[in-house]
Amino acid sequence: MNRDWGALLTRARAGDKRAVARLISGVEEGGGTARTVLDQVWPQTGHARVFGITGPPGAGKSTLTDALTKCWRQAGLRVGILAVDPTSPFTGGAILGDRVRMGDLTLDEGVFIRSMGTRGRLGGLSPASSGAIHILDACGYDLILVETVGVGQSEVAVVETADVVLVLTVPGLGDDVQAIKAGILEIGDLFAVNKADRPGADRTANELRTMLTLGETEKRDLPVLLVSAAQNQGVAELCQAMEQRFSQLEGSGELARRRELRLRSELLTQIRDGMERRLLDPLLEGADFQQAMERFQARQGSPYQWAEEFVRHINMGGSG
Amino acid sequence: MSEKKIRVLIAKPGLDGHDRGAKVVARALRDAGFEVIYTGLRQTPEQIVAAAIAEDVDAVGLSLLSGAHNYLFPRVIELLREQGADDILVFGGGVIPEEDIPGLKKAGVAEIFTPGTPTSETVKFLRERCGDKQ
Repeated sequence: MNRDWGALLTRARAGDKRAVARLISGVEEGGGTARTVLDQVWPQTGHARVFGITGPPGAGKSTLTDALTKCWRQAGLRVGILAVDPTSPFTGGAILGDRVRMGDLTLDEGVFIRSMGTRGRLGGLSPASSGAIHILDACGYDLILVETVGVGQSEVAVVETADVVLVLTVPGLGDDVQAIKAGILEIGDLFAVNKADRPGADRTANELRTMLTLGETEKRDLPVLLVSAAQNQGVAELCQAMEQRFSQLEGSGELARRRELRLRSELLTQIRDGMERRLLDPLLEGADFQQAMERFQARQGSPYQWAEEFVRHINMGGSG
Repeated sequence: MSEKKIRVLIAKPGLDGHDRGAKVVARALRDAGFEVIYTGLRQTPEQIVAAAIAEDVDAVGLSLLSGAHNYLFPRVIELLREQGADDILVFGGGVIPEEDIPGLKKAGVAEIFTPGTPTSETVKFLRERCGDKQ
């Protein structure tokens, strides 16, 4: 698809939502289109604060996203929302239903909501999530909320994408052993127990606090809040706690460290992809590889021996 | 990764609370490999159009059982046009009397799928109309 991406970006930065939407579709398309879009957008990025919201399915992430957004809108901030839902690994299709809880925000000029499917990416986000964040950032959204898919225990990709991660849970999902298992509870910069109007919410919060006291000293005092997003209870306090966490991380230098790591990993991914295309593709098409495969299949030479052989002959510095 | 997925918004304008038909269609489109954005009940035409634009969809499917289709369907089309987004295909379904269909099509609704239509027909229609748009 050939579009004038530069002109689209100008329109998007002037507040044209259709243009913002088109840019995001551009990065979702991947390949050369994504590249062209990001080339344009990149110089304008690096201003937004990115908050991740993760937690199990049905914890109320979308309802909370809606409530938090209203809170930040009152403070005059422009908010971009990326809401990720799962893509079927069987058909490639998806039902993206997070908007059901955000109907009130649809007509707010200062809010942009985009639903994304995971499109084969594990970890709770979509392959285009970081690109979409850069676009919203470049288009002047002060705060970007990234809502992951409903996660189980180990989908932690949001930590590589957000400045601050809120882990949301609900009462009744398990005992305190669940709380000390590895995984999503390790990535929280703060925690909230939603549906606090239900029985057992205090206990869940206490189990989380206990879990934290068993771990690293700097995490012992992380906030654990009770909220009821649907009733709008505790939301203002949570909003404030998230901002405070951000300021703490900023003050301690941790935020700068995270952002550097994130940029580094983004760059490394591209370098790896580029190296793969440049070095591996010609290798796979070559006759040497075919012959090697035949001998390898006949159990002559281990995978390590063949890999060493090929890597030694790759022309690292050549014209490609 | 370089794939062009068909994205469809399924919306329920108006005041009736019957979304089973909308969900059946959403599910069928999902199973056909589409990305379906579902917005829930009681959406105003303004909300539907704003969501369609932000989601950059190829098509909007409107489901209505209350009888207000002659107002609400053309209103969605009018708003899309005002926003320069009339390249987004609009189709509809629900309890729509036969005699209203020509008028709706004249207003710009691409197709109406009444109860009993096999979902495969809707899938085929969307593939034909949205699949090779790029």
